[in-house]
Formats: sequence, structure tokens, C-alpha cells
Amino acid sequence: MYNFEFTKPATIADAVAALGQDDAQALGGGQTLLPTMKQRLASPGTLVSLNAIPEMIGVCVNDVGEVCIGGATTHAVVAREAAASYPALAALASHIGDPAVRNRGTIGGSLANNDPSACYPAAALGSGATIKTNLRDIAADDYFQGMFETALEDGEIITEVRFPVPHKANYQKFVQPASRFALVGVFVAKYADGVRVAVTGASSEGVFRWAEAEAALSANFSKSAVEGLAAPEGAMISDLHGTAEYRAHLVKVMTGRAVAAAG
Amino acid sequence: MPKDHGIGASSKRREDVRFLTGRGRYTDDINLYGQTYVHFLRSDVAHGRLNAVDTSAAEAMPGVIRIFTGKDFEGVGGLPCGWQVTDRHGQPMQEPPHPVLAQGKVRHVGDPIAAIVAETPAQARNAAEAIVLDIEELPAVIDMKQALSPDAPKVHDDLTSNLCYDWGFVEDNKGAVDEAFAKAAHVTTLELVNNRLAPNAMEPRVAVGDYNPGTDDSTLYTTSQNPHVIRLLMGAFVLGIPEHKLRVVAPDVGGGFGSKIFHYAEEAFCTFAAKQIKRPVKWTSSRSEAFISDAHGRDHVTKIELALDGDNNFMAIRTETYANMGAYLSTFAPSIPTWLHGTLMAGNYKTPLIYVNVKAVFTNTVPVDAYRGAGRPEATFQLERLVDKAARELGVDPVDLRRQNFITTFPYATPVAVEYDTGDYNATMDQLLTMIDRDGFDARAAKSKAEGKLRGLGINCYIEACGIAPSALVGQLGARAGLYESATVRVNATGGIVVMTGSHSHGQGHETSFAQVVADMIGVPEAQVEIVHGDTANTPMGMGTYGSRSIAVGGSAMVRATEKIINKAKKIAAHLMEASDSDIELKDGQFTVAGTDKSVAWGDVTLAAYVPHNYPLTELEPGLEETAFYDPNNFTYPAGAYACEVEVDPETGKVTLCSFAAADDFGNVINPMIVSGQVHGGIAQGVGQALLENVSYDENGQLLSASYMDYAMPRADDLPFYQVDHSCVTPCTHNPLGVKGCGEAGAIGSPPAIVNAVIDALHRGGMTHVGHINMPLTPARVWAAMQG
Ligand SMILES: Cc1cc2nc3c(=O)[nH]c(=O)nc-3n(C[C@H](O)[C@H](O)[C@H](O)COP(=O)(O)OP(=O)(O)OC[C@H]3O[C@@H](n4cnc5c(N)ncnc54)[C@H](O)[C@@H]3O)c2cc1C
Repeated sequence: MYNFEFTKPATIADAVAALGQDDAQALGGGQTLLPTMKQRLASPGTLVSLNAIPEMIGVCVNDVGEVCIGGATTHAVVAREAAASYPALAALASHIGDPAVRNRGTIGGSLANNDPSACYPAAALGSGATIKTNLRDIAADDYFQGMFETALEDGEIITEVRFPVPHKANYQKFVQPASRFALVGVFVAKYADGVRVAVTGASSEGVFRWAEAEAALSANFSKSAVEGLAAPEGAMISDLHGTAEYRAHLVKVMTGRAVAAAG
Repeated sequence: MPKDHGIGASSKRREDVRFLTGRGRYTDDINLYGQTYVHFLRSDVAHGRLNAVDTSAAEAMPGVIRIFTGKDFEGVGGLPCGWQVTDRHGQPMQEPPHPVLAQGKVRHVGDPIAAIVAETPAQARNAAEAIVLDIEELPAVIDMKQALSPDAPKVHDDLTSNLCYDWGFVEDNKGAVDEAFAKAAHVTTLELVNNRLAPNAMEPRVAVGDYNPGTDDSTLYTTSQNPHVIRLLMGAFVLGIPEHKLRVVAPDVGGGFGSKIFHYAEEAFCTFAAKQIKRPVKWTSSRSEAFISDAHGRDHVTKIELALDGDNNFMAIRTETYANMGAYLSTFAPSIPTWLHGTLMAGNYKTPLIYVNVKAVFTNTVPVDAYRGAGRPEATFQLERLVDKAARELGVDPVDLRRQNFITTFPYATPVAVEYDTGDYNATMDQLLTMIDRDGFDARAAKSKAEGKLRGLGINCYIEACGIAPSALVGQLGARAGLYESATVRVNATGGIVVMTGSHSHGQGHETSFAQVVADMIGVPEAQVEIVHGDTANTPMGMGTYGSRSIAVGGSAMVRATEKIINKAKKIAAHLMEASDSDIELKDGQFTVAGTDKSVAWGDVTLAAYVPHNYPLTELEPGLEETAFYDPNNFTYPAGAYACEVEVDPETGKVTLCSFAAADDFGNVINPMIVSGQVHGGIAQGVGQALLENVSYDENGQLLSASYMDYAMPRADDLPFYQVDHSCVTPCTHNPLGVKGCGEAGAIGSPPAIVNAVIDALHRGGMTHVGHINMPLTPARVWAAMQG
């Protein structure tokens, strides 16, 4: 790790100001950023911690019934505090990494990083969430722009994520044996106006919506509706943990299981 | 009633108090006055010509003390190889030099090129980034068979090819073996890979070199399983320091599994550099560095065949194995696929004819050497998979086929040059079957099926050769060292006992179980016995701990030394009681004159030895301290039967372990709890090999599984509750404790049980086309195999 400056502002405004300096970078839980710095693959001049900004921490339900999660809320807090309002999301959070990761890592950090194997992107896209930043509101459909790519501008921070709550939802994660990130993860959510299916882990273009499954499930929300589909096409990842063909197959299996588990 | 102390008691591990309360003292806990830190700049290409290493900018960086490159080691020896294998044609193996820092070429990702010594670790690392390398990348050889093709790039330009040796065993049997195959009623053939593993001891390697210009003494603190071996190899072959000027200390060591047997470049470097700069030099490996610098294990590609007669008797076994050596010969690398593998190819079976061929190959990968089991897991895996396949092809019960071919009379001389002294393979199989409720399997399988899962049962046997090893024999086989062990028993004036052993404990619990033996022999509380190990300055020359040898060889030395103590103590007691020493009996720490009520206590005798006011000084030296060296007559042969039940998810290929049972014959057991723990850990590593772990290189020699993000270690929730049993006991006939060793059995016996179980599950699920799946049986591989 190279030397860096560290600041821990108490307001979003101060954080944004601090991030305006050259070489400054936001620090969430550090679960991705710190290992990268230790390997000397990242060398920010200043780390701006978002962990002491009260308005960015916590889970609540707003007037229109959305579950609102502060951008610096840890996975452990989401697992606990969203359990009643959005059980599928809480369950997803409770299976990220290990207790240490869940007690440090944040939803904002996960979404900003947009790892192609991360879990939260599937929940955000699968729920049609709104990513709220210090500058604007971004619809999940516009936010994810490929592996590690998002709509965020330099210095822009995720202050909150708003999830419309579906009638039914479930996330199925098939773990990569070493990292236990998602080899394939599928988030299925049934809303009044249709079903959303978001897939993580599988595609080299990052999290994506599986349109065929959404159509089939919107017509008939049952496992059998998925069984009739061909495995999704697209640029599936092929690596030492699984071929593209295997991942495509798993997408279908996990989608079916998510539907069955959603009830 | 289980014993509550001494031999056979499950005494609690005394070392755990310090390990679990943070009071252990590991090498990284050692920090010396004036200490400096070294960072190794390592090759990031697998194969390349090292045209230039420009350190000029780096030398000017803050905190840099000195930068070393291969040039600094030109007059210094390379890392020696401790075993010379002779090939099928009577020629010695090809043995390339192994420089401490790369000279001329780099040969694997991780090969050290330069060593930067600085005031802080960060300064050393910063300076490494300022070194300018001119490396001309060369095509790399990774695949062993490709490495042997005539136009393959050579890892070592001065060798005739990438073939280290082509070994045939027993070469004279080859003709008869081929003939038996020609006559066989049935031949079963299996091609398989024994996957390459990274050892991953919990404590990464560390070395601290120190030099005292006032005395010209060098000291190396290192994470080693055998400090005396390191002192000998490094002193005599690399740095030219005589033993009396070199001390090697291996304090608490957090696991080794073989990877800390070997003499590594970093150890030689720190010792050498400390003398050059006259300040201590410390290196602490990171986990990432461990993946590319600790010797790996396994990595065999094998074809094995079994010839059976019309009655299903095994007639002959023939194997052809390619064994990866990596880029250089690690300390014991050549012996692993030969003498620790070929000699075990008979397994538990009376196959009269066996021929083993092994081609050892250099590739542009990390060197490969012993890893828990070392050669024996490879032998067991191929044989036990093969027998299982044969049973399936012949439509016979796999247990019956094994039993029919078991060796049942002992001693038994195998056709692969070893003699099993004792064993009872039916007894361990019987014991296993009482543990696993085989009759209930169908009901369990039906229940799994109702839940959409395929259930399978795998059973196998294993045998291993431990208690390594008779020195004269291994000398004939090419070992450049003896394999005895030593112990000094020092009795203090007030009766306390200190045992100094040449073996080393790095998780095995020697401090507890060795004390149990000595305490039991003398009849004093275990707490009165202290075990000292790990420092060449205060222990007798010993060969260290590996190959499940410590209780069998080191324990035997300790018994011999304790016998000497008892003999002398009896003479002192006889003097004190004015009796003849042949009449003296020792029981529960009391010396009595047989048939009388005259007695003196242990403490009276030990005090007399050191305060010899009333003492037979004309006949006996004062003091009570004895040393013994023990050289074994034979290997020991632990054996057993293992079983595993799995569920396979037919939709994803994911394997779940439902149960695992191990019935072992370890001969006499000193501490059953510690033995169970050894088996538990061994099985966990076997599960790792069978289901999870795999060192994976791409075709350019880049390590793909270079961190825990991609190298899957077993975790607690991957494992079922095990049933382990070691109640079947056929004591070893040739060592004083009747012990065989238990350290590697779990890792040797478990992989075939797991793979057999998965194949069984797939066959029961109708996928009879699946003959074999190569480890690790990841969901992706099992699913692909199911697709056909
Ligand atoms: C062992 C381990 C296992 C893991 N397993 C999983 C898993 O199973 N599933 C999974 O999804 N993830 C997993 N993770 C990743 C984990 O969820 C991390 O928490 C997450 O990827 C990053 O979140 P963070 O808060 O730690 O962000 P940091 O590491 O602090 O930051 C990551 C990036 O996001 C930026 N950033 C941080 N916060 C914000 C913000 N509010 N607005 C804008 N940018 C921001 C940073 O500048 C940086 O670029 C694992 C991590 C580890 C170490």
C-alpha cells in the first residue's frame, strides 16, 4: 500500500467537497478498495470515508412504500433491518461474504464497484431500484453499464438506494467455490406490472435482465414457465470455474429455483 | 475405561494453551535489534532470458541498504537436491542448477530475480518498483506431454531435454507384467490426473537471518519442519558455513504439510545477506507470494491398467505416470513420484506382478515436492479408483473384489520392493462396515431421490509407508541423507525431565504425546516431562518431521534414550538400597528391590545423580542424561478402509458430502484424541483435493489460481461430521512402541472414497457413460461429465 491522506466527513456536502480534490476517492467498507490498494493496484491520494455520515446510513420505508437504504449502510444492517420490509433483499445481504465483510462492506460500495459477480447489482436491477446520488436519481436500468462500469461520474457518490417492494421475490446464488461470490446469481421479483429477472455472475457484460424469462414469468409465474425456455444467450463468462455453456445452464436452473422459492 | 494419563490417554494438548491465547512464538514474532527487511522482485513471466537487471535507480531510493541479484551469488552454491533417482537405463537423473537468485533465465512466475534489503518492508517494495528489467520472454512449457516433444522449448538450456528421468520399477518385471496382460481375462484401464495443489499452511513462510561479526556465528530463524536438515543443506552446499558456526531455529510453526521440509532460496538469502550487511535480514511471505514460491504438491498424469484372471484375481498392474517437477528440483522432489509412489502400487492387494513407469518432467511452473502424503496419495488414488472401476465393469461388489484380493498373511513382500510387517485389512473393512450402515444405503438413496438428488457410496482402502526410513535402504535408492532420528533425555536433579528431540512439531502435538511416552515409561506425571524441539543449538542432530515419521522414528529414539536413563537410574537406586541392580524394579516412579518393601523414589535417585555424596562414583558417572539415535529397520505400514456418501445435484453438478467414515490401523496409539485430530485434518485436505483445490496455469504459465479468490480451500461447512476409528490395531513389529504413524492417512485415504462415491451416484442415476472425472470434482466438471 502506498501512503494516502484520510478524511472522515460528517455530511454529504463535506464528502463531495473532499472528493473534489485531485486523486481523492470514496471509501465505503473498504472490502474491495483496500485489498486493491494493498496490492498496489490502486493508489488514491486521499480516502474520503463515507462511514460517518448519518444521512447515508440506515434502512427505512418511505411514503410510497419503497425501502430506502443509505449508501453507506453495511450488508449486516440491511440483513437485519430490511428483513421485515424486503425479505428477499435482506436474505441476499445476509449471504454476501462472511461476517467481517458484511459488517464493513456497504451497498453503495458494492453498486459503485459493480463487480460482475456481485450480488447487490442483481437486486437493484431486478427490483428496478433507483440509485440516488449527490447529483441525481438514476434508474437501475440506466445505471449498470457493463463489468465494473456504471453511470457514476467522477466524485459522484451513492447516497441512497430505493427499492420498490415486489409481491414476491427471491435471490438464488450459486457460489463460485473459491471466492463464494456468485458464479451465477438470479434475482426474480414479481410486481403488479410484471416480473423482473436480473442475472449476475454470468455475463462478461455484467448484470443483465433476462428478457425471455421475464416475459414467460409475467404470463405464468411458475418454475415450469422457465423450464420451457432456451438458456439465455449473450457473452457468458468462461473461466476456470465454469464454461460459458455451464453458466448459461445455471442461469436457467437458478431462475427456476428463485421462482419456486418466491412461492 | 480410557486411560487418564500416559500411553493411550487422550491427554489435552498442552501446546494449545499458548497457541489459543496468542502466546505462541512464531518466526514472524522474532524481531532483532537493527533488523532490515528484504523484498524479492519476482518474475512475472514464466520463461524468459534475463538480459539485464538495472538496479541503479532503485539503489538511490529512500531506506535502501543493498540490492542483490544473481550476480552476487555467482560464487555461492545453488540450492541442493537431496535425492538422486537413477533411471530405467541406469543413468542418473538430469539435475539442473538451482540458483538462489535467477541467473541468465527466469523459469517460472515467482522465480526471484532481485532482493532489495531496506530499512522497512514498504521501502524495500517501493525500490523493487524502480528496478528496470530487460527480460526477453520465451515460449513457456506448461503441459508435461508437450514438454517432452522434441521441439519443445527447454526449461534448462544445458540439459538434453525437459525429461528429468524415465524411471521403471521394477524394470526386470516389465516383461512378465506385459505377458500377464496378454493373458488376462479382463483388463481395466483408467486415465486420470492427480491435481496440483498449493499447500497453504496457515502460517506463510518467514526467514530471519542474523550474523554476529564478533563471533562469526550465523543464525537463521525459519518456518521449517526440520531445522537440522536446513542447517546441513544450507551450511554445506549453499553458503559453506560449518555446522558449529550456524544455528537454525524453527520455533512455533503454523503448519507445514510438507511445504516447510524443503530448503528454500529465501532462507539462504537471509543468512547470506545478514553476513554481507552485518545486520539481521527478515523476510515474511505474503499469501500471494506463497502461491508462487512455496513448493506445490501432486501433479501427476497417469494411465493405469489392471489385469484380472477369470476368477477376478488381480494378476498384474501396469502404470505410466508423468510427474511434474516444475522449473527446478526442490529438495526431495525426485523421490516423491518414485520411491514414495512406486513402492506403494501394490496397495492392500496380493497382485503378483507390478510395473510402474514414471517420467519426471521440467516445466515452467513452481517446483513440485512433497505435500501431505507425498506420492502415496497418488498411488492410492489411482489404484483405488481402478479397483472400483474394475468392480463396476465386472459387475461385482467393490468390497468383495477388494476382500478377495487382500493380502492376508504377514510379513508380505510386495513385488515393488517393500515388506509389510503386519496388518489386517479385513478387520478395518469389517470395522468400516459397522460404521456406515451399508444396508440402509438404499433407503437413504431413495430419500435423496425424492428430494431430487443422486446419492452415491464410495468405499476404498489405502496403505501407506511411514516411519521414514531405514538409512541404508534409502541410501541405495538415491537419498543423499540418512533418515534416523535422535533424542536426548535430560533428567534434572529434582526429577524433572527434558527431552530434546530432532523431530519438529508444527501442529502435531508432539509436546503432549511425546511427554506421555516418557512419563509412562518412568511412571511420573506427564507435567514432569518437557519436550524441546526446533533449535539446532539445543537438540541432537535429527532429520525432522514428515512422512508420518515422528512417533515411529523419533519416538523410538526417545524410548531408547529413556531406557538408558532407566538402566542407569536403577544402578543408582541399587547403590542407595545396597541391592543388586538386577533386582531393582521401577513402577510408578518408585524403585523397589524385588520381593522386599525397600524402595526409593524417582526424585531420590535423580538427586543422588547430581549430588553424588552417596554414589558409586568409581563405577558410574554422576548426572542423568542420555542420548539415543534410532535408525528404523523398515517402513511402517498404516492401512485402513474409508467410506463416503455424497449427494449430487443433477441440475448443477454440485456434490455435497453427507457422511465420511475412516477405519484406520495405526498400530498402537499414544493419544487417541490427537490421532483423531490428525485424521480429521487429513480428511479435510483430502476433501479439498477431491472437490475444491486446483492449481491452474494458463498456456503462458500465468498462475490463474493465484489467490483465495480462485483457489478454493475447504471450509468448515464443506465438511460433514466424520466418524473416525482406530480401534483395529496390529502393532508394528519392528519399533519399540509398536506404532505406525497417522499424520497423512486422512489425506491419502479420502480422495478416492469421494470420487468413487460421485461416480457411484451418477451410475445409479443412469449416467453409466461416466467412467471417471478428474479432481477437483467442481460442480462445473461434474455437470460437464453428466452431459457426456
Ligand atoms: C472475502 C470477501 C467476500 C465477498 N463476497 C461477496 C459476495 O458474496 N457477494 C458480493 O456481492 N460481494 C462480495 N464481496 C464484496 C463486498 O460486498 C464489498 O463490500 C463490496 O464489493 C464493496 O463495498 P465496500 O463498501 O467495501 O466498498 P469499498 O471497497 O470501500 O469501495 C469500492 C468502490 O466503490 C467506491 N465507493 C464506495 N462507496 C461508494 C459510494 N457510496 N458511492 C460511490 N462510490 C463508492 C469506492 O471509491 C471504490 O471504488 C466480498 C468481499 C470480500 C472481501
